[in-house]
Amino acid sequence: MDGREIFARLNKVFQEVFDDPSIRLTPQTTADDIEDWDSLEHITLISAVEREFHMKFKMKEISSMKNVGEMAGIIQERAR
Amino acid sequence: MQELIYPFDPGVIIRKRKALKRALEAQEGPRLRKKIAVLGGSTTSDLVKTLELFLLDAGIEPVFYESEYAQYFQDAMFPPESLASFQPDVIWIHTTGRNIENWPTVRDSDQQVEEKLAAELGRFQAMWESLEKRFRCPIIQNNFEKPFFRLLGNRDAWDIHGRTHFTARLNGAFAQYAAEHQGFFLNDTDYLAADFGLRRWADPACWNMYKYAMCFEAIPAFAFSVANIIKSLFGKNKKVLALDLDNTLWGGVVGDDGVEGIEIGQETGVAQSYYEFQSYVKQLKDLGILLTVCSKNEEENALAGLSHPEGALRPEDFTLIKANWENKDRNIRETAAALDLLPESIVFADDNPAEREIVQAQVPGVLVPELEGVENYIAAIDRSGCFETTTFSQDDLKRGEMYKANALRAAQQASFGDYGEYLRSLQMHAVIDDFLPVYLTRITQLTNKSNQFNLTTKRFTTEEMEAVYNSPDYIRLYGKLVDKFGDNGVVSVVIGRKNGEALDIELWLMSCRVLKRDMELAMLDKLAERCREQGLKTLRGFYYPTPKNGMVKGLYESFGFKKTAEEPDGSTVWELETGSYAPKCKVIAVTGNPVE
Repeated sequence: MDGREIFARLNKVFQEVFDDPSIRLTPQTTADDIEDWDSLEHITLISAVEREFHMKFKMKEISSMKNVGEMAGIIQERAR
Repeated sequence: MQELIYPFDPGVIIRKRKALKRALEAQEGPRLRKKIAVLGGSTTSDLVKTLELFLLDAGIEPVFYESEYAQYFQDAMFPPESLASFQPDVIWIHTTGRNIENWPTVRDSDQQVEEKLAAELGRFQAMWESLEKRFRCPIIQNNFEKPFFRLLGNRDAWDIHGRTHFTARLNGAFAQYAAEHQGFFLNDTDYLAADFGLRRWADPACWNMYKYAMCFEAIPAFAFSVANIIKSLFGKNKKVLALDLDNTLWGGVVGDDGVEGIEIGQETGVAQSYYEFQSYVKQLKDLGILLTVCSKNEEENALAGLSHPEGALRPEDFTLIKANWENKDRNIRETAAALDLLPESIVFADDNPAEREIVQAQVPGVLVPELEGVENYIAAIDRSGCFETTTFSQDDLKRGEMYKANALRAAQQASFGDYGEYLRSLQMHAVIDDFLPVYLTRITQLTNKSNQFNLTTKRFTTEEMEAVYNSPDYIRLYGKLVDKFGDNGVVSVVIGRKNGEALDIELWLMSCRVLKRDMELAMLDKLAERCREQGLKTLRGFYYPTPKNGMVKGLYESFGFKKTAEEPDGSTVWELETGSYAPKCKVIAVTGNPVE
């Protein structure tokens, strides 16, 4: 799976979770850039991403991811 | 909404929750507003948001109180002002194994383990009693899922030091409390976790990172279970199971294959699966669910199939048989009309996706479970939660017979020229009097499920009904009607609150199965009599329109009441002087409560 495809699919997940079709992700996007992205929604987001890519994040990764780019990197490593 | 019907996809619900909520809120239709207090021992945020979806879908608009993180015990024992003023309609105590404070250890003596068990139970019981005393509303309590590790391996299940054993004993004690207390209900977390898969359910990462007591994907199934209890408490259960025949109740097509050619019984695996399904359906009937047939068949063939010697069901188990070549949506509507029920009371079971689709699309509100493969039929219906049983009265057991007696009455009616003559021929007698404790469950149930012949559609919880029962401020009447075909049970309830020299009729309802029997006149006669005995000069009636109670819009007028007020929303107020009232009912012999 190439980075472009991962970003396209991630973008769709973000749009649905935050119910906001205007979201456009970049590797630098962080929680500060999306209004509703608080700690509670973060769980929903992680769960939806995991399901989309049939993979699980490790606990350590969830707490250390700094932006969407890092998230995409982990997915690329692990996704089936 | 299809996304919220079993077997729903938890991933879709989690991911599209906001869009689903938006769509649900855009739907038309009346909603019951209910206040739900969630006292959590772990994070409740997403549980509540998911529960909201399922309730909205069932026509209940929830308003929530959520305790601060893990403050369930403090909230229950010492309700803060925000909870006290919230005045919940139902309280859900969301605790799990993570909240057990007195786990036994292997170093404890037998007596120490007993003390720990008593301490843990005491903590919960104190909460239940505090809440019950303070709020007098239904309480939903989770029982405990099995522990996520077993220190003693298999021995954990029977050794008193084992957490598995300890959990099972707590659950046993919770069940006993539920059996002994009305208005107290268990949310069977133990079953839900096992069903979901305990290992995935108990994801320690979810607890340690987010303080969720279960994995995120288990939340929809868990919230669905709680929603089913709440739906049942507020009268949103289904009442009828309408069944297709060929390839639904047996394998094959009886019209083509003949009775000897259909698969049902013990001969093959497929035949056994159909038999198992028929047995399940028969048990639903015993629970008070009305069974009907909705099948494209010659009636003769339908009856022959249902009389198959190897089947579990018999033709007489069905209240109504629609075996013809009409479209099924039409048959479903006619079934509802014949039973005096709304189409949304019906579950339609059919193996054919095309038939399911036409009914789903044409008759809104009917629940249409996905029946794919006979081996999956029971799960599809059982897990849909539509027959969730919170209260269970003697009347439920007899319901099928009562509706069948109705069919006999209808047949008789056709043979009389004059309706009054017919009514007299029914040899009706009624018991109309103040409530008796033995009927309170049934009376409360009626207030929650009667929609059509219901002037104010005021709903009561068990606790509220007990308060009415114990108050001197009310005149209460229940009516029970018996005729030569059978006992209809308690079919009408009137509650009036004394207001100076008038009686405000806060509730007047009647079951539609006794429509046009003059039972409402017999109730009015008794009400006027009671008012006069107590010096009340005026009866004041209220009609609050809903989409379903149009049939009683003119009821008070037909009784001879005078309209005194009318609101823009169609609500009306009516008055009648009791002094000059002359009894109206001439066809029912009325008696009072049996003398002790």
